[in-house]
Amino acid sequence: MNELFQIGAVPAILLASGLTYGLRLGGLLLADRLPKSGPARRFLDCLPGTILLSLTVPGALHAGVEGMIGLGACLLVFFRTRNLLLTMAAGMAGVCFFRWVFHV
Amino acid sequence: MKELIKGMRANIPLAVSAMAYGGVFGVLSGNHGVSWAEMLAMDLLMFAGSAQLVMIEMWSSPIPVLAISLAVLIVNMRYLLIGASLQPVFEGRPLWQKVLGMHLVADENWAVTIAAHRNGGSCPAFLVGGGLLLLAAWTLSTICGNLLGGQIMEPERWGLDFAFVAVFAALSLSLWQGRDDLLPWLVAAGLAVAGEQLLPGKLYIALGGVGGALTAVFLEIVQTRRHIAVAGQSCDRLAGTCEEDNR
Repeated sequence: MNELFQIGAVPAILLASGLTYGLRLGGLLLADRLPKSGPARRFLDCLPGTILLSLTVPGALHAGVEGMIGLGACLLVFFRTRNLLLTMAAGMAGVCFFRWVFHV
Repeated sequence: MKELIKGMRANIPLAVSAMAYGGVFGVLSGNHGVSWAEMLAMDLLMFAGSAQLVMIEMWSSPIPVLAISLAVLIVNMRYLLIGASLQPVFEGRPLWQKVLGMHLVADENWAVTIAAHRNGGSCPAFLVGGGLLLLAAWTLSTICGNLLGGQIMEPERWGLDFAFVAVFAALSLSLWQGRDDLLPWLVAAGLAVAGEQLLPGKLYIALGGVGGALTAVFLEIVQTRRHIAVAGQSCDRLAGTCEEDNR
């Protein structure tokens, strides 16, 4: 037991896990108490798109030119097929191709 | 059961990517002195990749329990919003489903579930199916990486570092609801980019998410007021016509 968990590891993992779970469930339960129409509803409706975009845009910008090529490839495939696996493969292939050609 | 399997299938691309990163992350955890048992406990109890990365970066002897917890709280603040955005998926469901289902929410299966919900509907089982697949992929790969050491290949070589961005970009587009989303989305993107430079951890995601959604609320309030004003003018005009007719 001592070799597997060093001192302080169990409280650290339990506390961090509890806080993470609290945020997940807390968000859902709080949203349950919000009004089902008006500004609060519009806020919740818009939230998924704005969070997803906030997750994506900084990462896409960091990827540079190769990222833009990969992004273009995956958006093209997504609009044609609506298939996530093919979309991911196209994005990765675009980035790989750029790195292979320019030895990045 | 059908929805559970549907959710698993929909998350396969993201699970493949998570496995590649889980392997690298597992190697990193071993180098930082995290045992396989500690890794397993983190995977199963916390199940949050970016927060786990912060945890192992701060892993030292003695373990700074409070500092680690505070860092995890900041990195995972977005889950408060992600949880709130899942309200339509869990609408009318009993509390036990919410209590059990929410543990399995990661960025990946959340995004896939929300997109599926917008395009025809998805239920908590769909979310849980994706979560179980991702949890299995993540746990297996991190433990293998932790135990095997540097045997895992570089994910950059295969463009796997770009896989999340590619899929998230595609999912973002599937959430587009129309022209009313344009300004909120621009605000969200701008705030996220600025916030990434200025704020600690992953707070930029919460900043962009809230800023964009508040912009949408503001626009709706402005539009509603304008409609009320136009309707009021029409009523006045109509009342004026009636008075003239009476004369």
